[in-house]
Amino acid sequence: MTTSPTEPVPRTSRSAIPSGDETVTAANGAPAVELRAVDKWFGQVHANRRVDLSVSSGTVHGIVGENGAGKTTLMNILYGFYRADRGQILIAGKPVVFRNSGDAIATRIGMIHQHFMLVETFTAVENAMLGAEGSPLLGPAGRRARRKLAELEREFGLQVPMDVPVGELPVGQQQRVEILKALYRGADILVLDEPTSVLSPREVEGLFRILRTLAGRGKTIILITHKLAEIMAATDRVSVMRSGAVVAHRRTADTTVSEIAELMVGRQIRPASRGVPVEPGRSLLDVDRVTVRDSSGVARVHDVSFSVRAGEIVGIAGVAGNGQSELLEALAGLRPVATGRILVDGEPAVSDSRDRRRRGVAHVPEDRRRSGLVMPFRACESAILGYHHDPRYGRGLRLDWPAVSSDTRGRMETFDVRPANPQQRTAELSGGNQQKLMLAREVERATKVLLVGQPTRGVDLGGVEFIHDRIRSLRDAGKAMLLVSANLDEILDLSDWVMVMAGGRIMGKVPAGRAAERDLGLLMGGVRKSDVPDRAP
Amino acid sequence: MSVTAPDPVSGLPRWSVLGLLPGLNLLAAFAACGLIVLLAGEHPWQAVQVLVGGAFGSAEAVGYTLFYATSFIFTGLAVAVAFQCGLFNIGGEGQALIGGLGVALVCLHLDFLPFLLLLPVAIAAAALFGAAWAFVPAVLQARRGSHIVITTIMFNFIATSIMVYLLVNVMSPAGSMQPETRAFAEHARLPYVHEVAGALGWELPSSPLNVSLILALLCCAGVWLFVWHTRAGYRTRVVGANPAAAVFGGISPGAQVVVAMTLSGALAGCMSLNELMGVQHRLVLEFTGGFGFVGIAVALMGRGHPAGIVPAAVLFGALYQGGAELAFEIPAITRDMVVVIQGLVILFAGALEYMFVPALRPFLVRRAVD
Repeated sequence: MTTSPTEPVPRTSRSAIPSGDETVTAANGAPAVELRAVDKWFGQVHANRRVDLSVSSGTVHGIVGENGAGKTTLMNILYGFYRADRGQILIAGKPVVFRNSGDAIATRIGMIHQHFMLVETFTAVENAMLGAEGSPLLGPAGRRARRKLAELEREFGLQVPMDVPVGELPVGQQQRVEILKALYRGADILVLDEPTSVLSPREVEGLFRILRTLAGRGKTIILITHKLAEIMAATDRVSVMRSGAVVAHRRTADTTVSEIAELMVGRQIRPASRGVPVEPGRSLLDVDRVTVRDSSGVARVHDVSFSVRAGEIVGIAGVAGNGQSELLEALAGLRPVATGRILVDGEPAVSDSRDRRRRGVAHVPEDRRRSGLVMPFRACESAILGYHHDPRYGRGLRLDWPAVSSDTRGRMETFDVRPANPQQRTAELSGGNQQKLMLAREVERATKVLLVGQPTRGVDLGGVEFIHDRIRSLRDAGKAMLLVSANLDEILDLSDWVMVMAGGRIMGKVPAGRAAERDLGLLMGGVRKSDVPDRAP
Repeated sequence: MSVTAPDPVSGLPRWSVLGLLPGLNLLAAFAACGLIVLLAGEHPWQAVQVLVGGAFGSAEAVGYTLFYATSFIFTGLAVAVAFQCGLFNIGGEGQALIGGLGVALVCLHLDFLPFLLLLPVAIAAAALFGAAWAFVPAVLQARRGSHIVITTIMFNFIATSIMVYLLVNVMSPAGSMQPETRAFAEHARLPYVHEVAGALGWELPSSPLNVSLILALLCCAGVWLFVWHTRAGYRTRVVGANPAAAVFGGISPGAQVVVAMTLSGALAGCMSLNELMGVQHRLVLEFTGGFGFVGIAVALMGRGHPAGIVPAAVLFGALYQGGAELAFEIPAITRDMVVVIQGLVILFAGALEYMFVPALRPFLVRRAVD
């Protein structure tokens, strides 16, 4: 049903790497990318509604919107993954039709996906030349690639180790490899889809510096995100999307966070309320000198002690990879404790997740795609994972699907999962709705303790508000909550106490109200401050 | 950083996935087979007539087709159950052989029992022996991570060697040069369907089809219930779909591997009931005839679901029976060419399952939207 009247761009050979000396800006000063009245349907769903977008060359252009607002669909159209049902794409003023991403690459568009598309066992050089070797012999191709990458590194300040398998690099560097890969293919227009969701705050800063440099040298950057702080920090202009349509274009300098937030959700976001602090009750989770080792025997958590009382939220902050994940898994019974004890409501607990569930400890894992949900399953099948022995889902050996389904429908409605259809395939739900489905499964089961990892990763603004409200009301109902999040704002927003982990140790525990971000930054960097009360209470 | 592979048929109407695509694949396979027949200098149309006539042309032919299908249902279910747990059980052949050993031991040494007692014991023996033969690779996989594909293949060879040893040295009657046991007693044999029908006053020509077909269909229902309607089946599917999620949910992947494999082995073992108690009436060498491997193709074509496995098993039964007829009626088409034709069907229906999807998608999806 494509009604575009334009001629497709001639396809250049896939292996040909453009030399990189002509820029995308046409002589007539046309915008680098222009979308005109783009429409896209998926069945009955109108994913993009008459989207107009114009991105000037040499700028960083942000696209914000909630999950399901159509940002990613729009970019997939631009990258040739989907074809628009109606409308036109112009690159440097010339109409183009992309039949596949190869066409987009040939038109010098590069895309950095949220989940990297790298071969983990390959080095940066091998990843960059993959599919663009340019000759049947790998030796000369490799040397050529290395020279070219070295040039790009110098030009854009994108240092990465060239000869280490990328799987061994930190995620921030893996992302640089992705950017290099796109530049290597001659990209002049770079699309980054939620690039910061996996990065630590320092890595985010580094990324933004790189984006600045790229834009300064004439590259055009399109940054998709739903984090408003990033829009303010990194972009020149911003387009706001809501339910498939672009609702506003702004110069970043002329707008404010609250204006964009309102445009995104179409209503006013109330300021985060800290709620009435509840007097904490007895200690429900005690961690007593716990050390946790990974599968290769390396201690990832060293001699950690703390407790979480009924009616309080303890947040664990820290740069990713400092033992938070291992601690959370050990608390959930998924990882054996090498030394030390974990007590639930005063009783010692063994390393078994079933034992934790019996004791009223529920766990929202950090990574829903990896372990929290089963993507090919129906939503109702994912919604009983871990609780499939619950007698309300059938007697004896049998699973009573009508009962499971109606129970799931109720949970989906309570947690505003859309669509609230228990038969929907889990993978077909958006990220935020998957997260809500997982919370719907766990929250009610947390009769004593709720362990939460990254509760709002990849969740849109409205969803974040909803999830935070749920977590607070659970706290107010007298549960003990432990929160691990890479998002410091979230930790400060929700927690009563903030603990900081660095190098597998707890560097300090401070009341959230008193926690200054600068102090937390120091603690995250592994600096103990003498005036921070250590291991209280 | 794992990316869920997109479902190649997502968004297509259900009838097209379940009916149209398999039908087209089958047509494509027959078209390719037609070319082979042409190359052999024969008329494709005549070959089709002989093949289809040989498989379905008479009550006797249908009996033979369903006899083969019975074995394929058992081995197809065996592969499907393991596959739900993410395991590729290549060992159906060996498990069926050892299952046959169990059947023979019961039929030879417990034949003082009346038929109605002997039958359940024989079924239990077939299942138990087959399960035991799958249990060892399962434990090696669960405990040591030894790959199930490798170990089950090895266990096929071990099973064959054990059977040769037993039949040559231990189980053949004194003075016999044949590597086979004595015949089972009359009441240690499964009634043929034509016998049962005859007793009910319905005359059918004789064929090897016996009552184990009923057991096969019961197993289909059992597998369907187990996989989709029990907690153990749910655990099995979680392990098959995402082992990390299984661990999170308190499900031990190792334990489920053992459960799924023993069940798979038991189903494969039951195939020997059809061959030994049904037709051979003694334990012979290599009675499995490669049917354990055909089960892989049957399970693939049937998409791992009993409702698909039954028609797929009938299709392969027809190819076996009709193929034998073809080789007999048209000498230019040899036995080996019949195997080529069967291979082409597996290739088109199994490996090239989604070949027509990109071409058909525009038509099917637009129709769905309108």
